[in-house]
Amino acid sequence: MAQTVFHSADTRGPASHGWLESFHTFSFAKYYNPERMNFGALRVLNDDDIAGGRGFGEHPHDNMEIITIPFEGALKHEDSMGNEAVVHAGEIQVMSAGTGIYHKEFNANPDERVKLLQIWLFPNQRNVTPRYDQQSFDLDANINELVQILSPDADDAGVWIHQNAWFSLGKFTAEKELTYKIKGAGNGVYVFALKGTVTAGGQDLQERDAVGIWDTTEFKIKTAPGTQVLLMEVPMCI
Amino acid sequence: MVCTNAEILAVILRLINANEEWNATGTGSYTATKDALQSRTYSILLLGAGLAGGEEADLREFVKTDFPGLKLVDHFGGGSGLLFAEIYQALA
Repeated sequence: MAQTVFHSADTRGPASHGWLESFHTFSFAKYYNPERMNFGALRVLNDDDIAGGRGFGEHPHDNMEIITIPFEGALKHEDSMGNEAVVHAGEIQVMSAGTGIYHKEFNANPDERVKLLQIWLFPNQRNVTPRYDQQSFDLDANINELVQILSPDADDAGVWIHQNAWFSLGKFTAEKELTYKIKGAGNGVYVFALKGTVTAGGQDLQERDAVGIWDTTEFKIKTAPGTQVLLMEVPMCI
Repeated sequence: MVCTNAEILAVILRLINANEEWNATGTGSYTATKDALQSRTYSILLLGAGLAGGEEADLREFVKTDFPGLKLVDHFGGGSGLLFAEIYQALA
């Protein structure tokens, strides 16, 4: 029988720095809650809102798969591999940190805030060669259905990472009932309500609520007009 | 902490040692780590990036056999993002 864990939006760890307003779903920086450490391989889910022109100065990463999805505005990225890019709303960026990489990320616009999710997964292989990728997706061309934006397979839709994980995004204008079939044996799915309301695995979600669902092969999703949802399927054993 | 990337190691050590209750030293190789563990008593060994697969496995076995009370924690990078939670969890 499916197991679920519900994380309401207001139980996330807040961080207010003026230029950065963030909510941490799992323990991060000064937010430490031993009961909120991860959901399987999903270790970090930060809901960041960054002031114009501001951002994170050069800092290191290693051995994490780092995924950034802006939903409003744009983020400028520069890293020690020589990559320089701007990732906009409607795009997904991935950085496999592997043996180690430095990068900095700043709001690309001086006058407006950038709102994004930063998501870190444990990799399925340590000390890989660092890499960078970004791709665009078009939810408006795929209204009322889930769009895959990340997978373990370089030949599949979306970006790929060093982990047996699949991410999907959906934008809905109607009430719909979908069945999500879990792709990887032993995987669970963390469902994050970006906007509006959605019911997943029997759990009603308001905006920025989340539910983790595992020990099942599939579950139902019920949307409403205005629903925007992110599904993160990840291994439960790390 | 062991990490073969000297610059990353320096950042992590600075972050840890900013806490007055913590004292961290760093090593950049499998051999140096074994030597350090045998030179003084530590509470935690943070395992950062860069050791070869075989060396990492050997180090884990070495700690398990010779220092069973030492907590070996995989450090997953990200500056201060995960570091403090990793340490708090190990010390709990």
